[in-house]
Amino acid sequence: MRVIAWLVEGTWPACVDAVRTHAPDASEVVLLHVSGPEVPGVAHGAFAGLLGRGHPERDPGDLLEDLGGASAAELLDAAAERLERPCTRLERTGRAEREVVAAAGDADLLVLARDGDRDRLGPRSLGPAVRFAVDHAPCPVLLVWPEAAPALTTLPPPPPAHPARPGHHGRPAPPRPPEPPVPLEPPRSQGPPRPPEPPEPPRPPEPPEPPR
Amino acid sequence: MLAWAVVRPFGWPEAVMAVPAAGVAVATGAISLDHARAEAERLGPVVGFLAAVLVLAHFCDVEGLFQACGAWTARWAGGRPVRLLTAVFALASAITAVLSLDATIVLLTPVVFATAARTGVRPKPHVYACTHLSNTASLLLPVSNLTNLLAFAASGLSFTRFAALMALPWLVAIGAEYVVFRRFFARDLAAAAPSRSAGEPPALPLFALVTVGCTLAGFVVTSTFGIDPAWAAFAGALVLAGRALVRRRATPLSVVRAAAPAFLAFVLALGIVVRAVVDNGLASALGHVLPGGGSLPALLGVAALAAVLANMINNLPAVLVLLPLAAPAGPGSVLAVLLGVNIGPNLTYAGSLATLLWRRIVHQHEHGVDLKEFTRLGLIAVPASLVPAVVALWGALQVL
Repeated sequence: MRVIAWLVEGTWPACVDAVRTHAPDASEVVLLHVSGPEVPGVAHGAFAGLLGRGHPERDPGDLLEDLGGASAAELLDAAAERLERPCTRLERTGRAEREVVAAAGDADLLVLARDGDRDRLGPRSLGPAVRFAVDHAPCPVLLVWPEAAPALTTLPPPPPAHPARPGHHGRPAPPRPPEPPVPLEPPRSQGPPRPPEPPEPPRPPEPPEPPR
Repeated sequence: MLAWAVVRPFGWPEAVMAVPAAGVAVATGAISLDHARAEAERLGPVVGFLAAVLVLAHFCDVEGLFQACGAWTARWAGGRPVRLLTAVFALASAITAVLSLDATIVLLTPVVFATAARTGVRPKPHVYACTHLSNTASLLLPVSNLTNLLAFAASGLSFTRFAALMALPWLVAIGAEYVVFRRFFARDLAAAAPSRSAGEPPALPLFALVTVGCTLAGFVVTSTFGIDPAWAAFAGALVLAGRALVRRRATPLSVVRAAAPAFLAFVLALGIVVRAVVDNGLASALGHVLPGGGSLPALLGVAALAAVLANMINNLPAVLVLLPLAAPAGPGSVLAVLLGVNIGPNLTYAGSLATLLWRRIVHQHEHGVDLKEFTRLGLIAVPASLVPAVVALWGALQVL
């Protein structure tokens, strides 16, 4: 089994730990780091904005490219040390999300960490790069939280039930009968976490229409 | 003809193109010899001042000032991205103000990148901060930016009065940038890293610090006594370069190279070419558009026009074009031009559309750079810092 872990500054330890926990001992582990072109590119741009300075050898962007390579190697070293297993190190340069999908072509598992707003559960916990990789990965994906996952209470409240019911297409819905007394529970979005329960109890079937 | 003046000098080295261009402008009568001489006399001291500051910054680097700054910020931030951003803002603002924007871009940016990488923090917000602050934080002192030096010569302000008027806009603009960065890069800044070692405590480059401090004090003293503050910069540069020469860390040739003679020649030539363009009709054309007077709306208009012009051509030709037009309206107008041409370039990656197009044509380093993100940041940051800065300038003009 070939496992690829995409390591990004700041969130990589969670990916390495996930590989240790979930990848079988015999699997072939690849640690991947992608250096984006933006940061050296911005330095190139800033230097180009200095009109007339000449000396292209002083362009800080070139220096940043070299430094970027060195720091990627350091990150992979630290990750390999944390992994405590034999592994392959892979350094790529380019658009991170595309490089990751390309590298995952022959993998059996892609491990990556959420890179968005990690204060609450939900789609915003994925930034654009991870979203792209998850959406386009040609293999199974293991998506981990870099830190402890937010509490279940951050789940948004369920959308209100749709007023239109089957069988009533085209006609204005009749006034709803008062809800039958359901075994009442507090609003879902508040209160302390409860013991595990089916996440969304199916709505009780609507009571039969009162004869009109 | 203006496009020609801007695009031609981009080849390497720029002065080789620009100096003959100036010669052609004089030879064809586009600019009279008297005007060319007057322009050269006006720019001469400015260019000398600039050379001194470049040498000062270069030898601060030789003394290890920038490395030490990186190590201090790393230790203070301790792997916390938000703290590192705060430190980078303070550092880049100070370095840009005192040692000019060249120092921040060429010397500080690699140090900041290395610091972020070493402490395991994502470098992107911090490197972006350096590039933005090299523009935004170059408002404070005449030495911070070549545009300031040019305006300083034209405005007739003293060094201290220039700094006093610009202090509030400088602070306000940096504060606005900080707020924008904290929000724009919230995701990158939330990725706290497992702290790696912050490294050895750096040796204090005391000599460089004291020299820079004395040079700053020299600016104040010389301007109080009515002497050209360029002499203070010369003295500072001479001390640091002399020390490096004595300790054999520099050769006379490297001192001359640090002063970037080709760049100085380029600035002179550009000044003459732009003067020729201004004399040949641009002045009357822009004169209609440029609002006069010192009212707040007029200042906002001047700053906005300057920002737009700086983004189309580069801020150097933009300031050369606008200065003769703004100078009669008083120092407030000149400083508003500076706010526009200094903060404005953050809108365009590479400082101006002309540069950007040129680089697109020669395919330099453009593989896959996300222009969208940079431009989006600029579209938020430039108005957010420019408008409050102009208001602050207006306030400072009322009070001081």
